Amino acid sequence: MIEFKNIKKSFGEKVVLNDVSHIMETGKCNLIIGTSGSGKTVLQKCLVGLFEPDGGEIIYDGTNFTDMDSEHRKLLRQQIGMLFQGSALFDSMTVEQNVMFPLDMFAKMSNSEKQKRVNEVLDRVNLEGANKKFPAEISGGMKKRVGIARAIVLNPKYLFCDEPNSGLDPQTSMVIDKLIHEITKEFNMTTVINTHDMNSVMEIGENILYMFEGQKEWTGNNEEIIFSKSEKLNSFIFASKFLQDAKDMRMLEAKGIIADDRDMDEMLNSGEEIK
Amino acid sequence: MTFFTYFGRYLLMIKGMFTKPENYKMYWKEFMHQCNDIGIGSLGIVSIISVFIGAVSAVQTSYQLVSPIIPPETIAQIVRDTVILEFAPTLVCIVLAGVIGSKIASELGNMRVSEQIDALEIMGINTKAYLIMPKIAAALLTIPLLVVISMVLGIWGGRLAGVASGILSADTFDRGLLLNFLPYNVTFALIKSYTFAFIISSIPAYYGYYVKGGALEIGRSSTKSVVVSCVMLLFADYVLTQVLLTH
Repeated sequence: MIEFKNIKKSFGEKVVLNDVSHIMETGKCNLIIGTSGSGKTVLQKCLVGLFEPDGGEIIYDGTNFTDMDSEHRKLLRQQIGMLFQGSALFDSMTVEQNVMFPLDMFAKMSNSEKQKRVNEVLDRVNLEGANKKFPAEISGGMKKRVGIARAIVLNPKYLFCDEPNSGLDPQTSMVIDKLIHEITKEFNMTTVINTHDMNSVMEIGENILYMFEGQKEWTGNNEEIIFSKSEKLNSFIFASKFLQDAKDMRMLEAKGIIADDRDMDEMLNSGEEIK
Repeated sequence: MTFFTYFGRYLLMIKGMFTKPENYKMYWKEFMHQCNDIGIGSLGIVSIISVFIGAVSAVQTSYQLVSPIIPPETIAQIVRDTVILEFAPTLVCIVLAGVIGSKIASELGNMRVSEQIDALEIMGINTKAYLIMPKIAAALLTIPLLVVISMVLGIWGGRLAGVASGILSADTFDRGLLLNFLPYNVTFALIKSYTFAFIISSIPAYYGYYVKGGALEIGRSSTKSVVVSCVMLLFADYVLTQVLLTH
Protein backbone atom coordinates (compact mmCIF):
# COMPACT_ATOMS: atom_id res chain seq x y z
CA MET A 1 0.00 0.00 0.00
CA ILE A 2 1.23 3.47 -0.82
CA GLU A 3 -0.34 6.36 1.03
CA PHE A 4 0.40 9.96 0.20
CA LYS A 5 -0.83 12.94 2.16
CA ASN A 6 -1.01 16.60 1.18
CA ILE A 7 1.55 16.39 -1.60
CA LYS A 8 2.56 19.79 -2.90
CA LYS A 9 4.88 20.56 -5.77
CA SER A 10 5.61 23.77 -7.64
CA PHE A 11 8.00 24.68 -10.41
CA GLY A 12 8.78 28.34 -9.88
CA GLU A 13 5.47 30.17 -9.66
CA LYS A 14 3.54 27.32 -11.26
CA VAL A 15 1.76 25.11 -8.71
CA VAL A 16 1.60 21.62 -10.21
CA LEU A 17 0.36 19.62 -7.22
CA ASN A 18 -1.77 21.16 -4.53
CA ASP A 19 -2.53 19.10 -1.43
CA VAL A 20 -3.06 15.77 -3.13
CA SER A 21 -3.82 12.83 -0.83
CA HIS A 22 -4.83 9.27 -1.69
CA ILE A 23 -4.17 5.62 -0.90
CA MET A 24 -2.88 3.22 -3.56
CA GLU A 25 -4.05 -0.24 -2.59
CA THR A 26 -2.11 -3.50 -2.67
CA GLY A 27 -3.12 -6.10 -5.25
CA LYS A 28 -5.02 -3.54 -7.29
CA CYS A 29 -4.44 -1.49 -10.42
CA ASN A 30 -4.48 2.06 -9.07
CA LEU A 31 -5.00 4.56 -11.85
CA ILE A 32 -4.08 8.24 -11.88
CA ILE A 33 -6.03 9.89 -14.66
CA GLY A 34 -6.35 13.45 -15.85
CA THR A 35 -5.82 15.71 -18.81
CA SER A 36 -2.33 16.57 -20.03
CA GLY A 37 -0.79 19.02 -17.56
CA SER A 38 -3.03 17.96 -14.67
CA GLY A 39 -0.01 16.85 -12.65
CA LYS A 40 -0.30 13.08 -12.84
CA THR A 41 3.24 12.47 -14.15
CA VAL A 42 4.68 14.87 -11.56
CA LEU A 43 2.71 13.06 -8.86
CA GLN A 44 4.06 9.69 -9.99
CA LYS A 45 7.61 11.06 -10.14
CA CYS A 46 7.18 12.39 -6.60
CA LEU A 47 5.97 8.96 -5.47
CA VAL A 48 9.09 7.22 -6.80
CA GLY A 49 11.43 9.98 -5.66
CA LEU A 50 12.45 11.37 -9.05
CA PHE A 51 11.03 14.70 -7.85
CA GLU A 52 11.13 15.92 -4.27
CA PRO A 53 7.70 17.17 -3.16
CA ASP A 54 7.64 20.63 -1.59
CA GLY A 55 5.36 19.34 1.14
CA GLY A 56 3.44 16.28 2.30
CA GLU A 57 4.27 12.67 3.08
CA ILE A 58 4.63 9.51 1.03
CA ILE A 59 4.31 6.29 3.00
CA TYR A 60 5.21 2.87 1.57
CA ASP A 61 3.61 0.17 3.74
CA GLY A 62 4.10 2.23 6.91
CA THR A 63 7.58 3.49 6.00
CA ASN A 64 7.88 7.21 5.42
CA PHE A 65 9.60 7.63 2.06
CA THR A 66 9.88 11.42 2.28
CA ASP A 67 12.01 11.26 5.45
CA MET A 68 14.35 8.53 4.20
CA ASP A 69 18.04 9.16 3.54
CA SER A 70 19.42 8.28 0.12
CA GLU A 71 20.82 4.89 1.20
CA HIS A 72 17.46 3.69 2.55
CA ARG A 73 15.74 5.06 -0.53
CA LYS A 74 18.08 3.05 -2.70
CA LEU A 75 17.10 -0.09 -0.80
CA LEU A 76 13.39 0.66 -1.11
CA ARG A 77 13.78 1.40 -4.79
CA GLN A 78 14.96 -2.14 -5.34
CA GLN A 79 11.37 -3.11 -4.50
CA ILE A 80 10.02 -0.72 -7.12
CA GLY A 81 9.61 -1.53 -10.79
CA MET A 82 8.74 1.12 -13.32
CA LEU A 83 7.51 1.04 -16.87
CA PHE A 84 8.25 4.33 -18.62
CA GLN A 85 6.20 6.02 -21.30
CA GLY A 86 8.91 5.48 -23.91
CA SER A 87 9.93 2.16 -22.32
CA ALA A 88 13.41 3.58 -21.48
CA LEU A 89 15.19 0.46 -22.65
CA PHE A 90 18.98 0.59 -22.90
CA ASP A 91 19.60 0.95 -26.65
CA SER A 92 22.99 -0.73 -26.66
CA MET A 93 21.72 -3.87 -24.92
CA THR A 94 19.66 -6.74 -26.27
CA VAL A 95 16.23 -7.56 -24.85
CA GLU A 96 17.81 -10.25 -22.69
CA GLN A 97 20.56 -7.93 -21.41
CA ASN A 98 17.98 -5.25 -20.62
CA VAL A 99 15.96 -7.65 -18.50
CA MET A 100 19.07 -9.15 -16.93
CA PHE A 101 20.52 -5.76 -15.96
CA PRO A 102 18.72 -5.42 -12.57
CA LEU A 103 19.69 -9.02 -11.76
CA ASP A 104 23.33 -8.37 -12.67
CA MET A 105 23.31 -5.28 -10.48
CA PHE A 106 21.47 -6.57 -7.41
CA ALA A 107 20.79 -10.30 -7.42
CA LYS A 108 23.16 -12.77 -5.82
CA MET A 109 22.51 -15.51 -8.33
CA SER A 110 24.61 -17.69 -10.57
CA ASN A 111 24.59 -16.93 -14.29
CA SER A 112 22.40 -19.94 -15.03
CA GLU A 113 19.88 -18.87 -12.38
CA LYS A 114 19.80 -15.36 -13.84
CA GLN A 115 19.29 -16.74 -17.33
CA LYS A 116 16.45 -18.94 -16.04
CA ARG A 117 14.78 -15.97 -14.35
CA VAL A 118 15.10 -13.82 -17.48
CA ASN A 119 13.53 -16.55 -19.60
CA GLU A 120 10.74 -16.92 -17.04
CA VAL A 121 9.78 -13.24 -17.12
CA LEU A 122 10.14 -13.00 -20.88
CA ASP A 123 7.82 -15.99 -21.18
CA ARG A 124 5.45 -14.31 -18.74
CA VAL A 125 5.16 -11.25 -20.97
CA ASN A 126 4.88 -13.46 -24.06
CA LEU A 127 8.24 -12.53 -25.51
CA GLU A 128 9.79 -15.92 -26.08
CA GLY A 129 12.40 -15.87 -28.82
CA ALA A 130 13.08 -12.13 -28.69
CA ASN A 131 16.07 -12.48 -26.33
CA LYS A 132 18.78 -11.52 -28.78
CA LYS A 133 16.97 -8.63 -30.47
CA PHE A 134 17.89 -5.00 -29.84
CA PRO A 135 15.23 -2.43 -28.84
CA ALA A 136 15.49 -0.82 -32.29
CA GLU A 137 14.46 -4.12 -33.87
CA ILE A 138 11.19 -4.64 -31.98
CA SER A 139 7.74 -3.02 -32.10
CA GLY A 140 6.35 -0.48 -29.62
CA GLY A 141 4.15 -3.11 -27.95
CA MET A 142 7.12 -5.46 -27.58
CA LYS A 143 9.19 -2.65 -26.08
CA LYS A 144 6.49 -2.10 -23.48
CA ARG A 145 6.51 -5.79 -22.67
CA VAL A 146 10.30 -5.79 -22.33
CA GLY A 147 9.88 -2.76 -20.03
CA ILE A 148 7.38 -4.73 -17.94
CA ALA A 149 9.69 -7.76 -17.87
CA ARG A 150 12.58 -5.59 -16.67
CA ALA A 151 10.34 -3.94 -14.08
CA ILE A 152 9.18 -7.24 -12.57
CA VAL A 153 12.37 -9.28 -12.85
CA LEU A 154 13.37 -8.53 -9.22
CA ASN A 155 9.87 -9.37 -7.93
CA PRO A 156 9.02 -5.82 -6.87
CA LYS A 157 6.30 -4.98 -4.38
CA TYR A 158 5.38 -1.81 -6.23
CA LEU A 159 4.92 -1.33 -9.97
CA PHE A 160 4.63 2.11 -11.54
CA CYS A 161 3.54 2.52 -15.15
CA ASP A 162 3.67 5.88 -16.89
CA GLU A 163 1.16 5.88 -19.73
CA PRO A 164 1.71 2.25 -20.69
CA ASN A 165 -0.59 2.54 -23.70
CA SER A 166 0.84 5.65 -25.30
CA GLY A 167 1.62 5.12 -28.95
CA LEU A 168 -0.01 1.70 -29.10
CA ASP A 169 -2.97 0.53 -31.15
CA PRO A 170 -6.17 -0.33 -29.20
CA GLN A 171 -5.63 -4.08 -29.49
CA THR A 172 -2.04 -3.97 -28.23
CA SER A 173 -3.14 -1.53 -25.51
CA MET A 174 -5.62 -4.12 -24.28
CA VAL A 175 -2.92 -6.80 -24.25
CA ILE A 176 -0.67 -4.54 -22.16
CA ASP A 177 -3.52 -3.63 -19.78
CA LYS A 178 -4.43 -7.28 -19.36
CA LEU A 179 -0.81 -8.19 -18.72
CA ILE A 180 -0.37 -5.47 -16.08
CA HIS A 181 -3.63 -6.50 -14.42
CA GLU A 182 -2.66 -10.19 -14.36
CA ILE A 183 0.81 -9.47 -13.02
CA THR A 184 -0.62 -7.24 -10.30
CA LYS A 185 -2.88 -10.05 -9.10
CA GLU A 186 -0.28 -12.78 -9.55
CA PHE A 187 2.44 -11.05 -7.52
CA ASN A 188 0.06 -9.07 -5.25
CA MET A 189 1.78 -5.82 -6.16
CA THR A 190 0.70 -2.25 -5.58
CA THR A 191 0.43 -1.04 -9.16
CA VAL A 192 0.16 2.65 -9.96
CA ILE A 193 -0.71 3.53 -13.55
CA ASN A 194 -0.77 6.97 -15.13
CA THR A 195 -3.08 6.99 -18.07
CA HIS A 196 -5.59 8.91 -20.10
CA ASP A 197 -6.65 5.84 -22.03
CA MET A 198 -10.37 5.31 -21.49
CA ASN A 199 -10.18 1.61 -22.25
CA SER A 200 -7.71 1.17 -19.41
CA VAL A 201 -9.92 3.16 -17.06
CA MET A 202 -12.93 1.00 -17.83
CA GLU A 203 -11.10 -2.33 -17.97
CA ILE A 204 -8.58 -2.25 -15.13
CA GLY A 205 -9.47 0.82 -13.05
CA GLU A 206 -9.96 -0.73 -9.62
CA ASN A 207 -8.96 2.41 -7.73
CA ILE A 208 -9.00 5.62 -9.73
CA LEU A 209 -7.72 9.05 -8.79
CA TYR A 210 -8.83 11.80 -11.14
CA MET A 211 -6.61 14.87 -11.10
CA PHE A 212 -7.67 18.28 -12.30
CA GLU A 213 -5.26 21.24 -12.36
CA GLY A 214 -3.03 19.70 -9.71
CA GLN A 215 -5.80 18.73 -7.32
CA LYS A 216 -7.66 15.56 -6.46
CA GLU A 217 -11.02 15.93 -8.16
CA TRP A 218 -12.59 12.50 -7.84
CA THR A 219 -11.80 8.98 -6.61
CA GLY A 220 -13.60 5.71 -7.17
CA ASN A 221 -13.47 2.64 -9.40
CA ASN A 222 -14.46 1.75 -12.95
CA GLU A 223 -18.03 0.91 -11.93
CA GLU A 224 -18.56 4.08 -9.93
CA ILE A 225 -17.10 6.27 -12.67
CA ILE A 226 -20.12 5.56 -14.88
CA PHE A 227 -22.43 7.16 -12.33
CA SER A 228 -20.12 10.00 -11.37
CA LYS A 229 -21.80 13.39 -11.12
CA SER A 230 -18.51 15.28 -11.47
CA GLU A 231 -18.87 17.45 -14.54
CA LYS A 232 -15.13 17.84 -14.93
CA LEU A 233 -14.63 14.09 -14.81
CA ASN A 234 -17.47 13.39 -17.22
CA SER A 235 -16.25 15.94 -19.73
CA PHE A 236 -12.78 14.37 -19.52
CA ILE A 237 -13.73 10.69 -19.59
CA PHE A 238 -16.71 10.82 -21.90
CA ALA A 239 -15.42 13.57 -24.13
CA SER A 240 -16.86 12.34 -27.43
CA LYS A 241 -20.41 11.47 -28.47
CA PHE A 242 -19.29 7.89 -28.98
CA LEU A 243 -18.01 7.66 -25.42
CA GLN A 244 -21.18 9.32 -24.10
CA ASP A 245 -23.19 6.60 -25.85
CA ALA A 246 -20.93 3.93 -24.43
CA LYS A 247 -21.47 5.40 -20.97
CA ASP A 248 -25.25 5.36 -21.49
CA MET A 249 -25.12 1.71 -22.53
CA ARG A 250 -22.99 0.86 -19.50
CA MET A 251 -25.49 2.64 -17.25
CA LEU A 252 -28.36 0.70 -18.78
CA GLU A 253 -26.43 -2.52 -18.28
CA ALA A 254 -25.65 -1.64 -14.68
CA LYS A 255 -29.32 -0.87 -13.99
CA GLY A 256 -30.31 -4.18 -15.61
CA ILE A 257 -32.37 -2.45 -18.31
CA ILE A 258 -30.42 -4.18 -21.05
CA ALA A 259 -28.43 -7.38 -20.74
CA ASP A 260 -24.67 -7.03 -20.67
CA ASP A 261 -24.36 -10.15 -22.87
CA ARG A 262 -26.87 -8.88 -25.39
CA ASP A 263 -26.63 -9.87 -29.04
CA MET A 264 -26.97 -6.63 -30.98
CA ASP A 265 -27.48 -8.41 -34.32
CA GLU A 266 -30.37 -10.35 -32.85
CA MET A 267 -31.89 -7.21 -31.32
CA LEU A 268 -31.60 -5.30 -34.58
CA ASN A 269 -33.07 -8.12 -36.64
CA SER A 270 -35.88 -8.96 -34.23
CA GLY A 271 -37.98 -6.05 -35.41
CA GLU A 272 -38.40 -4.78 -31.85
CA GLU A 273 -38.44 -1.06 -31.51
CA ILE A 274 -35.21 0.21 -30.05
CA LYS A 275 -35.66 3.42 -28.14
CA MET B 1 20.99 30.60 -13.82
CA THR B 2 24.20 32.26 -12.78
CA PHE B 3 27.72 30.93 -13.21
CA PHE B 4 27.81 30.02 -9.52
CA THR B 5 24.65 27.91 -9.84
CA TYR B 6 26.16 25.97 -12.74
CA PHE B 7 29.49 25.61 -10.98
CA GLY B 8 27.82 24.52 -7.73
CA ARG B 9 25.79 21.91 -9.58
CA TYR B 10 28.95 20.72 -11.33
CA LEU B 11 30.70 20.32 -7.96
CA LEU B 12 27.69 18.47 -6.54
CA MET B 13 27.77 16.16 -9.54
CA ILE B 14 31.44 15.39 -8.87
CA LYS B 15 30.71 14.85 -5.16
CA GLY B 16 27.75 12.60 -6.02
CA MET B 17 30.04 10.21 -7.93
CA PHE B 18 31.86 9.11 -4.81
CA THR B 19 29.55 6.53 -3.26
CA LYS B 20 29.91 2.82 -2.65
CA PRO B 21 29.15 0.97 -5.89
CA GLU B 22 26.05 -1.20 -5.86
CA ASN B 23 28.00 -3.94 -7.64
CA TYR B 24 31.78 -3.68 -8.18
CA LYS B 25 31.74 -6.13 -11.08
CA MET B 26 29.23 -4.05 -13.05
CA TYR B 27 31.19 -0.85 -12.40
CA TRP B 28 34.41 -2.53 -13.53
CA LYS B 29 32.66 -3.76 -16.68
CA GLU B 30 31.47 -0.22 -17.42
CA PHE B 31 34.95 1.17 -16.72
CA MET B 32 36.55 -1.26 -19.15
CA HIS B 33 33.90 -0.48 -21.74
CA GLN B 34 34.70 3.23 -21.40
CA CYS B 35 38.46 2.60 -21.57
CA ASN B 36 37.84 0.84 -24.86
CA ASP B 37 35.60 3.62 -26.18
CA ILE B 38 37.77 6.52 -25.08
CA GLY B 39 41.25 5.00 -25.39
CA ILE B 40 41.17 2.51 -28.25
CA GLY B 41 38.45 4.46 -30.02
CA SER B 42 40.61 7.59 -30.20
CA LEU B 43 43.92 5.90 -31.01
CA GLY B 44 43.53 6.29 -34.78
CA ILE B 45 42.87 10.02 -34.84
CA VAL B 46 45.54 10.67 -32.20
CA SER B 47 48.12 8.74 -34.24
CA ILE B 48 47.30 10.59 -37.45
CA ILE B 49 47.39 14.10 -36.00
CA SER B 50 50.53 13.34 -33.96
CA VAL B 51 52.57 12.24 -36.97
CA PHE B 52 51.47 15.28 -38.96
CA ILE B 53 52.03 17.87 -36.23
CA GLY B 54 55.53 16.46 -35.71
CA ALA B 55 56.20 16.58 -39.44
CA VAL B 56 54.87 20.13 -39.84
CA SER B 57 56.81 21.23 -36.79
CA ALA B 58 60.10 19.92 -38.28
CA VAL B 59 59.54 21.54 -41.67
CA GLN B 60 58.43 24.90 -40.22
CA THR B 61 61.33 25.01 -37.75
CA SER B 62 63.84 24.44 -40.51
CA TYR B 63 62.09 27.13 -42.60
CA GLN B 64 62.57 29.67 -39.81
CA LEU B 65 66.12 28.68 -38.81
CA VAL B 66 67.97 30.29 -41.69
CA SER B 67 71.19 31.17 -39.86
CA PRO B 68 74.15 28.89 -40.67
CA ILE B 69 75.42 29.41 -37.09
CA ILE B 70 72.56 27.36 -35.65
CA PRO B 71 73.36 23.66 -35.84
CA PRO B 72 70.76 21.41 -37.54
CA GLU B 73 70.42 19.37 -34.30
CA THR B 74 68.46 22.36 -32.96
CA ILE B 75 65.57 21.42 -35.28
CA ALA B 76 65.26 18.04 -33.51
CA GLN B 77 65.46 19.75 -30.13
CA ILE B 78 62.69 22.21 -31.04
CA VAL B 79 60.50 19.47 -32.51
CA ARG B 80 61.03 17.36 -29.37
CA ASP B 81 60.25 20.15 -26.92
CA THR B 82 57.27 21.62 -28.77
CA VAL B 83 55.75 18.18 -29.24
CA ILE B 84 56.31 17.14 -25.62
CA LEU B 85 55.42 20.46 -24.00
CA GLU B 86 52.55 21.65 -26.12
CA PHE B 87 51.49 19.72 -29.19
CA ALA B 88 51.03 16.27 -27.66
CA PRO B 89 49.16 17.25 -24.49
CA THR B 90 47.28 20.37 -25.63
CA LEU B 91 46.54 19.85 -29.30
CA VAL B 92 45.69 16.18 -28.85
CA CYS B 93 43.42 16.99 -25.90
CA ILE B 94 41.65 19.72 -27.88
CA VAL B 95 40.95 17.17 -30.61
CA LEU B 96 39.87 14.65 -27.96
CA ALA B 97 37.57 17.26 -26.41
CA GLY B 98 35.70 17.20 -29.71
CA VAL B 99 35.81 13.44 -30.20
CA ILE B 100 35.23 12.22 -26.64
CA GLY B 101 33.43 15.27 -25.26
CA SER B 102 30.67 15.26 -27.84
CA LYS B 103 30.30 11.49 -27.45
CA ILE B 104 29.96 11.69 -23.66
CA ALA B 105 27.55 14.65 -23.77
CA SER B 106 25.33 13.15 -26.44
CA GLU B 107 25.33 9.67 -24.89
CA LEU B 108 24.30 10.96 -21.45
CA GLY B 109 21.93 13.53 -23.00
CA ASN B 110 20.19 10.83 -24.97
CA MET B 111 19.93 8.66 -21.87
CA ARG B 112 18.44 11.57 -19.93
CA VAL B 113 15.90 12.50 -22.60
CA SER B 114 14.81 8.91 -23.20
CA GLU B 115 14.38 8.40 -19.42
CA GLN B 116 17.10 5.73 -19.26
CA ILE B 117 18.77 7.66 -16.43
CA ASP B 118 15.44 7.79 -14.57
CA ALA B 119 15.07 4.04 -15.12
CA LEU B 120 18.47 3.45 -13.50
CA GLU B 121 17.59 5.77 -10.60
CA ILE B 122 14.34 3.87 -10.02
CA MET B 123 16.32 0.63 -9.86
CA GLY B 124 18.25 2.15 -6.96
CA ILE B 125 21.46 2.85 -8.89
CA ASN B 126 23.48 6.01 -8.26
CA THR B 127 23.58 7.21 -11.86
CA LYS B 128 26.31 9.76 -11.23
CA ALA B 129 28.56 7.01 -9.92
CA TYR B 130 27.58 4.40 -12.49
CA LEU B 131 27.46 6.57 -15.61
CA ILE B 132 29.87 9.45 -15.00
CA MET B 133 32.59 8.04 -12.74
CA PRO B 134 33.70 5.26 -15.15
CA LYS B 135 33.92 7.80 -17.98
CA ILE B 136 36.11 10.19 -15.99
CA ALA B 137 38.24 7.34 -14.59
CA ALA B 138 38.68 5.87 -18.08
CA ALA B 139 39.66 9.28 -19.44
CA LEU B 140 42.18 9.74 -16.62
CA LEU B 141 43.73 6.38 -17.43
CA THR B 142 43.72 6.42 -21.22
CA ILE B 143 44.26 10.06 -22.18
CA PRO B 144 47.75 10.35 -20.58
CA LEU B 145 48.62 7.11 -22.39
CA LEU B 146 47.38 8.59 -25.65
CA VAL B 147 49.46 11.71 -24.96
CA VAL B 148 52.59 9.58 -24.45
CA ILE B 149 51.86 7.75 -27.72
CA SER B 150 51.32 11.12 -29.35
CA MET B 151 54.73 12.35 -28.10
CA VAL B 152 56.50 9.34 -29.61
CA LEU B 153 54.60 9.52 -32.90
CA GLY B 154 54.99 13.31 -33.11
CA ILE B 155 58.77 13.09 -32.76
CA TRP B 156 58.86 10.20 -35.20
CA GLY B 157 56.79 12.25 -37.66
CA GLY B 158 59.28 15.12 -37.31
CA ARG B 159 62.17 12.77 -37.96
CA LEU B 160 60.42 11.27 -40.95
CA ALA B 161 59.64 14.66 -42.50
CA GLY B 162 63.09 16.04 -41.70
CA VAL B 163 64.84 13.13 -43.37
CA ALA B 164 62.41 12.84 -46.29
CA SER B 165 62.69 16.51 -47.19
CA GLY B 166 66.49 16.55 -46.79
CA ILE B 167 66.46 19.05 -43.93
CA LEU B 168 68.68 16.88 -41.76
CA SER B 169 69.90 13.30 -41.57
CA ALA B 170 68.44 10.67 -39.29
CA ASP B 171 71.66 10.60 -37.25
CA THR B 172 71.63 14.37 -36.79
CA PHE B 173 67.98 14.25 -35.72
CA ASP B 174 68.69 11.46 -33.20
CA ARG B 175 71.68 13.36 -31.84
CA GLY B 176 69.59 16.50 -31.47
CA LEU B 177 66.88 14.58 -29.63
CA LEU B 178 69.31 13.70 -26.84
CA LEU B 179 70.77 17.20 -26.49
CA ASN B 180 69.70 19.06 -23.30
CA PHE B 181 66.77 16.75 -22.72
CA LEU B 182 64.82 17.60 -19.54
CA PRO B 183 62.80 14.65 -18.15
CA TYR B 184 60.76 17.22 -16.20
CA ASN B 185 59.15 18.27 -19.49
CA VAL B 186 57.56 14.83 -19.75
CA THR B 187 56.35 15.10 -16.15
CA PHE B 188 54.90 18.52 -16.95
CA ALA B 189 53.16 17.13 -20.05
CA LEU B 190 51.68 14.29 -18.01
CA ILE B 191 50.41 16.70 -15.33
CA LYS B 192 48.76 18.68 -18.11
CA SER B 193 47.28 15.58 -19.70
CA TYR B 194 45.73 14.42 -16.39
CA THR B 195 44.22 17.88 -15.86
CA PHE B 196 42.93 18.03 -19.44
CA ALA B 197 41.55 14.49 -19.22
CA PHE B 198 39.47 15.50 -16.21
CA ILE B 199 38.24 18.66 -17.95
CA ILE B 200 37.29 17.01 -21.25
CA SER B 201 35.42 14.18 -19.56
CA SER B 202 33.71 15.90 -16.62
CA ILE B 203 32.42 19.02 -18.42
CA PRO B 204 30.67 17.12 -21.25
CA ALA B 205 29.34 14.66 -18.64
CA TYR B 206 27.82 17.62 -16.78
CA TYR B 207 26.23 19.05 -19.93
CA GLY B 208 24.88 15.66 -21.00
CA TYR B 209 23.64 14.58 -17.57
CA TYR B 210 21.61 17.73 -16.95
CA VAL B 211 20.25 18.23 -20.46
CA LYS B 212 16.55 19.08 -20.70
CA GLY B 213 14.38 18.84 -23.78
CA GLY B 214 14.82 16.74 -26.90
CA ALA B 215 17.13 16.00 -29.81
CA LEU B 216 17.82 19.66 -30.50
CA GLU B 217 18.90 20.32 -26.91
CA ILE B 218 21.17 17.26 -26.96
CA GLY B 219 22.95 18.70 -30.01
CA ARG B 220 23.20 22.13 -28.42
CA SER B 221 24.54 20.83 -25.13
CA SER B 222 27.03 18.62 -26.96
CA THR B 223 28.38 21.61 -28.91
CA LYS B 224 28.40 23.79 -25.81
CA SER B 225 30.24 21.15 -23.83
CA VAL B 226 33.00 20.97 -26.46
CA VAL B 227 33.36 24.76 -26.58
CA VAL B 228 33.46 25.13 -22.79
CA SER B 229 35.88 22.18 -22.47
CA CYS B 230 38.25 23.74 -25.03
CA VAL B 231 38.17 27.14 -23.34
CA MET B 232 38.72 25.60 -19.91
CA LEU B 233 41.48 23.42 -21.31
CA LEU B 234 43.33 26.43 -22.74
CA PHE B 235 42.84 28.36 -19.52
CA ALA B 236 44.20 25.41 -17.51
CA ASP B 237 47.09 25.15 -19.99
CA TYR B 238 48.06 28.75 -19.33
CA VAL B 239 47.72 28.40 -15.54
CA LEU B 240 49.76 25.18 -15.42
CA THR B 241 52.47 26.64 -17.66
CA GLN B 242 52.62 29.73 -15.49
CA VAL B 243 52.78 27.73 -12.28
CA LEU B 244 55.01 24.84 -13.33
CA LEU B 245 57.36 26.30 -15.92
CA THR B 246 58.22 29.73 -14.51
CA HIS B 247 60.97 29.83 -11.93
